[in-house]
Amino acid sequence: MDVQHHTPWHEYFGFSLDHKVIGIQYLVTGFFFYLVGGALAGMIRVELVTPLSDFMARDTYNQVLTLHGTIMIFLWIVPVVNGAFGNYLVPFYVGARDMAFPRLNAVAFWMLPPAGFLLLSSYFIGGAAQSGWTAYPPLSITTPAVGQIIWIISVLLLGGSSIFGAVNFIATILKLRRPGLGLFQLPMFCWAMLGTSVLVVLATPVLAGALILLSMDIVAGTGFFNPALGGNAVVYQHLFWFYSHPAVYIMVLPAFGLVSEILPIHARKPLFGYRSMIYSILGIVFLGLIVWAHHMFTSGTPPWMRLFFTIATAIIAVPTGIKFFNWLATLWQGKLALNSALLFCCGFIFNFVFGGITGVALAQVPFDVHVHDTYFVVAHFHYIVFGGTVFVIFAAIYHWFPKMSGRLLNEHLGRLHCLLSFLGFNICFFPQHWLGLNGMPRRVAEYDPQFQLVNQISSVGALLLAISTLPFLVNVLWSAWKGAPAGDNPWRACTTEWLTSSPPPVENWLREAPLVTEPYDYGSAEDAMSVTTVRGRELWSAGR
Amino acid sequence: MTILTQRPTTRLSDPQQEDQPQAPAHAHHPDVRLFGLIIFLVADGMTFAGFFAAYLTYRAVNPLPVNAEYELELLLPAVNTLVLLVSSLTFHRGSKALMASRMSTCRGWLLLTAALGAAFMAGQMWEYFHLPFGLTDNLFASTFYALTGFHGLHVTLGAMMILIVWWQAGRQGYFTAESHFGFEAAELYWHFVDGVWVVLFALLYLL
Amino acid sequence: MPIPASVLTLAAGILLALISLWVGQNINLMPVAAADDATTVDALFKVLFSLGVGLLLGITAMLVVALVQFRRRPGDHLDGPAVEGNLPLEIFWTAVPAIVILILGVYSYDIYARMGGMADFNHHTSMPPPEVEQASLGNPADPETVIWGGIDRAEGMAFPVEVTAMQFAFIFHYPQQNFTTGELHLPMGQPVELQLKSNDVIHAFWVPEFRLKQDVIPGQPTVLSFTANRQGDYDIICAELCGPYHGGMRSKVVVEDPQSFEEWLIRNTPATVATAPDSSRTA
Repeated sequence: MDVQHHTPWHEYFGFSLDHKVIGIQYLVTGFFFYLVGGALAGMIRVELVTPLSDFMARDTYNQVLTLHGTIMIFLWIVPVVNGAFGNYLVPFYVGARDMAFPRLNAVAFWMLPPAGFLLLSSYFIGGAAQSGWTAYPPLSITTPAVGQIIWIISVLLLGGSSIFGAVNFIATILKLRRPGLGLFQLPMFCWAMLGTSVLVVLATPVLAGALILLSMDIVAGTGFFNPALGGNAVVYQHLFWFYSHPAVYIMVLPAFGLVSEILPIHARKPLFGYRSMIYSILGIVFLGLIVWAHHMFTSGTPPWMRLFFTIATAIIAVPTGIKFFNWLATLWQGKLALNSALLFCCGFIFNFVFGGITGVALAQVPFDVHVHDTYFVVAHFHYIVFGGTVFVIFAAIYHWFPKMSGRLLNEHLGRLHCLLSFLGFNICFFPQHWLGLNGMPRRVAEYDPQFQLVNQISSVGALLLAISTLPFLVNVLWSAWKGAPAGDNPWRACTTEWLTSSPPPVENWLREAPLVTEPYDYGSAEDAMSVTTVRGRELWSAGR
Repeated sequence: MTILTQRPTTRLSDPQQEDQPQAPAHAHHPDVRLFGLIIFLVADGMTFAGFFAAYLTYRAVNPLPVNAEYELELLLPAVNTLVLLVSSLTFHRGSKALMASRMSTCRGWLLLTAALGAAFMAGQMWEYFHLPFGLTDNLFASTFYALTGFHGLHVTLGAMMILIVWWQAGRQGYFTAESHFGFEAAELYWHFVDGVWVVLFALLYLL
Repeated sequence: MPIPASVLTLAAGILLALISLWVGQNINLMPVAAADDATTVDALFKVLFSLGVGLLLGITAMLVVALVQFRRRPGDHLDGPAVEGNLPLEIFWTAVPAIVILILGVYSYDIYARMGGMADFNHHTSMPPPEVEQASLGNPADPETVIWGGIDRAEGMAFPVEVTAMQFAFIFHYPQQNFTTGELHLPMGQPVELQLKSNDVIHAFWVPEFRLKQDVIPGQPTVLSFTANRQGDYDIICAELCGPYHGGMRSKVVVEDPQSFEEWLIRNTPATVATAPDSSRTA
């Protein structure tokens, strides 16, 4: 029988229904917007080299920071960490040949490019939104309407795409599992995607509702969030953060899942504490839904609310801590291959622990009152989403590129990329904690001259970060063309995506989907040759 | 670790599928579309939940201007509520008829359901045109129109879905007692829209 | 004789605790403290800083040790031990952080209560008289007379100043003397209460040296009570994005000893201003 081994190139530019093609479409599109958002970040850091607002006009600066935030969150991190890796891996892990709703999947992806280009186009037609990615009214009602409305439309499109994706993931994980594969035998990434998708389904529609009301305020002259018309500006903040705090977990939970897949393979040990990893995901999902008002400690919220949200927020550190201790225990006594994927994961652990510590500090109201809306917060959330999730995205690219392309990436360039990213990131964002503590608010184009030196250090870090993408780009482009053939299972892994050819055939396996009930079955080697290698070969031939 | 190799019944090369070469490559898994729809309706319900939460907050903390108009008539909306509830019932009867393969009866019930939906929308429109307040008059007015309007959009969409299903049901063998996803989806959606209305009615008109 | 691993671990733990305590107590990252609340917040920050340093150093050390000690040697194709979990260990690292977090929560609640964050804002604001017919079905009070949030004290004896934020300036009104300035003057050592209102969009009133910040929300008055305790000029910074000139929205607070403050008040009250020679000429 003639089964297609290789997906023709034009498939990647069309309405493909193959989950692997869609995953790669998400990845490449997301990376394109990462470069755009990174260029915008570069503009911000150039503006902040001097204390005066002298590089671009003030309203342009506000447009740039709005676009930067919106693009990085809605067009890079959420689509890549959910859409790209979720789509690529989840069907493999549940032993399915595709997602539950391939057509819906393709529709969800194809909502992304129009939304992204619509958002970018707003800059050229009357100026982009300039009220930040939070779009707090009444500012968002009083700034130029065209840009704000375009912003709302594209965020609604991206939110819709995200919901469609989540519906697909939940159905795939719960209903499409291969016979014989139980929920508690799934790789951790599936649980992470399940938790993430639950958050998307429960939280994203509330943001959509808030944005619909906001657009009515802008277009139809209603006063939901406009105090001048009898409305209440803080209600928007509640609705917005009811989504946008879980959005943080929508961005980091899949990353947690990816780390749980990558570490055991390169440490040659089982994932430590499988069950507690699952329970901590569930705990984070539950707690993540009831902590939103910690973004509003200075917003005139009543005292009981601050007390409740302080405690709920700080408690999230417990399940999150469990995950980090489990990962450290997974590394402990392993046989660590110090390759790019593992090193990026270790960078993630350091950065995220740092961001988590500042997060627990921010949860304490008295401290938050001082640093809320300052560069301390900017530093904190970049440690979470950049130092955390983006590092994991790169780790995942180094880990799964051989599967996606059939070729290995160059490890020297990869480790250089990792080193430059780690240094650049920390030089850029570490000093910003001090800036915030000492009086520099966020979202400003001009600042007190006493902060100039530290801002310049931060900008140098940003430059280093920009440079760090060069070895990565060279590596990916060169390796995709001339890289060493990866073979089917270069990492000697036992999850199901490695038990087929690289790149995999259209329906994932030529024969029956292999049943892997212990996805982390490494170690316990009694003979000289690793047991997993032998078992992997058996599984591989079973899948092939 | 266990390796199970099942008999290759779901493979592409399966002889049973080879005589249907146009069958979509991804179609050989259990039909979970209804499950997907339920998840989507949960999401849709959360949109309404957000609106309801905003409305309740406004009621609790934001007073209206002293001369604000916010009185609502109860009779028409109550009748409208009844109309929607009955329409859920008629759809259910249509479903029963489909199960018994009585297609013309089924289509009759569907048409009646769509008519009831249209009647609801007509009632809603009549109420809109006879209310003493407009969209931007005050916070209550804006919230009222936003909530009922968003729900009305759902009813309109649902009524259109029912008409499509009615048309499909007229084609020979399109829906059978065993296979009728489109029908079931429209029915579930319609019940959902009715359920949301009951909550909305209680919050806006009764509370 | 080799030293047992448990002794080494214990020693490392004690060393870590000492280092983090020293760092938290001796490295100062905060600007000058110029209000009573600032000292209170700094006490909390020192605890947070010590805990954070300890945790970060500990985890980083474990990570580095793992990367060095357990790196795969060339030619080694063996797997690590098949350890899948350790229930007592997992219970330990669930329970200890949970307890630490709860203690921290209670402590920061205590600090916040001492700052006045848990006070009832509307103790001195008379509710609207019942005979005023409110139109809403839920009948809430008039939002303009309610204090919606902030940091307040129960005494109600503080010196009041009305702060109005607008794009892109703060205006200060002294209701008892009935005059308005663009520069906030405050008496040292005396409780003051800022009543914050916004004319257009959301702003935030922040004085880093006081460690205090409060959003200034249109339609929702807020308060900020504190006692400045150190003479000097400090920046008032708008901390909530409010438009193109947000970065330039700054003002100054001058904390003076009570006597100079009284003199400043007298100099600026309208009656005195009217008798001043130059203003009588222009009047």
